[in-house]
Amino acid sequence: MSDVRPPLWLLAEVTHSCPLQCPYCSNPVSLVRKQDELNTEEWLRVLYEARQLGAAQLGFSGGEPLIRNDLEILIAEARRLGYYTNLITSGVGMDEERVAAFREHGLDHIQISFQADDLTTNDYLAGCKAYEKKLAMAKAVKAQGYPMVLCFVIHRQNISQVKAMLELAMELNADYVELATTQYEGWALVNRDHLLPTLEQVRQAEATAHTYQERLRGKMKIYFVVPDYYEGRPKPCVDGWGKVFLAIAPDGVALPCHAARDLPNLEFANIREQSLEWIWYDSPTFNAFRGTSWMKEPCISCDERFKDYGGCRCQAFKLSGDAHNADPTCSKSPHHEQVLKAIERVDQAETVSEKPLVFRNRPNALKLTHS
Amino acid sequence: MTVPSLLSTQPRISPGYRLQWEEVQQCYVLLYPEGMVQLNESAADILKYCNGEQDLAHIITELEQAFNESNLTDDIVNFIADAIERGWLRV
Repeated sequence: MSDVRPPLWLLAEVTHSCPLQCPYCSNPVSLVRKQDELNTEEWLRVLYEARQLGAAQLGFSGGEPLIRNDLEILIAEARRLGYYTNLITSGVGMDEERVAAFREHGLDHIQISFQADDLTTNDYLAGCKAYEKKLAMAKAVKAQGYPMVLCFVIHRQNISQVKAMLELAMELNADYVELATTQYEGWALVNRDHLLPTLEQVRQAEATAHTYQERLRGKMKIYFVVPDYYEGRPKPCVDGWGKVFLAIAPDGVALPCHAARDLPNLEFANIREQSLEWIWYDSPTFNAFRGTSWMKEPCISCDERFKDYGGCRCQAFKLSGDAHNADPTCSKSPHHEQVLKAIERVDQAETVSEKPLVFRNRPNALKLTHS
Repeated sequence: MTVPSLLSTQPRISPGYRLQWEEVQQCYVLLYPEGMVQLNESAADILKYCNGEQDLAHIITELEQAFNESNLTDDIVNFIADAIERGWLRV
């Protein structure tokens, strides 16, 4: 395909290990084992090849990237290659010295996630003691002169606390705050009945976010995106399949979206066997949902097909059974009812209790993948 | 900020932002936390001078000389004001 543009974003999921057990994690339920992870040399090759292709933004993510003790090496090489390097972390696994060392190695920015603004909710959702550490690390990040993004993943268990989250962000002098909507993939989909907020809660949170956006204009940037479940229109997932975004899983599998691994009938190439150039431009998987020729109705004749690209392929598969269908969050989708039903269950408080919240950890990964 | 007061400021690229030539994209880009803006030639030319050391009046003189043009003040001031608003520049 001659009209394929180069990748601009590389997401390096360096490990699926994580000291936290957040039930809203969008990692695949089948976590990559530690022994299958790429080694340092292999990651260095990924960084080089993706930079050659054109990637300029780089996110070190996971799992918890701090688990990798070669992270400093990877950061230094990434910076040398000219990437803008982002560390996307829970903060657990750092101390002041490591924050400073990353700076010396050329790290550009650190994003710290919080599960909530208060210790009790935060540590309940994290499944471990993390809150105090996060506070300390947020302060260390600012002290080192990094720009700081605080990320709160929003769902029913914490959405009523948006105001307090923004107050905490102000107190910590965050430069940006992401009130990130839970993406119902992987673990989050397993726990959807516990996590999906009511429409009223979403509207309330939206109003609060807008008030603070106005108040803090020019001081702190606040991102809040209404969850696609409530919008009637799908999101342009990863800005379009194979358009700008390239993710590498801990074991070297190359993905057009970090959740895409669960899609059936696609063979995901591994950087251990193929060049990134071939994977990006020529592999059948990266071409599977490029452009519009793969689309079915209602997408193929829709005026908005170049705006949202039919939405999320993973969501289409999970909710409709076929990744070629329109994302069922779209009101034009014949499967939109699936989404309405899920919301209805929440509104009628018919949810949960029959099944407990499933925390993201390796024992639960084994149970879920074997059932 | 008024035009005269902006002229005496020394604009610089905001902390956490980086101006960089991208060979593959064949353009300058401005990189920032989890984002990137592709710049057209004139935007990149102006930003290259924003090093926090020279004031804007001086930058305009230099740009007018470099491009052998006059009367660039309005365009450059508008661009700088916009770039400050977007968070790209600090004064």
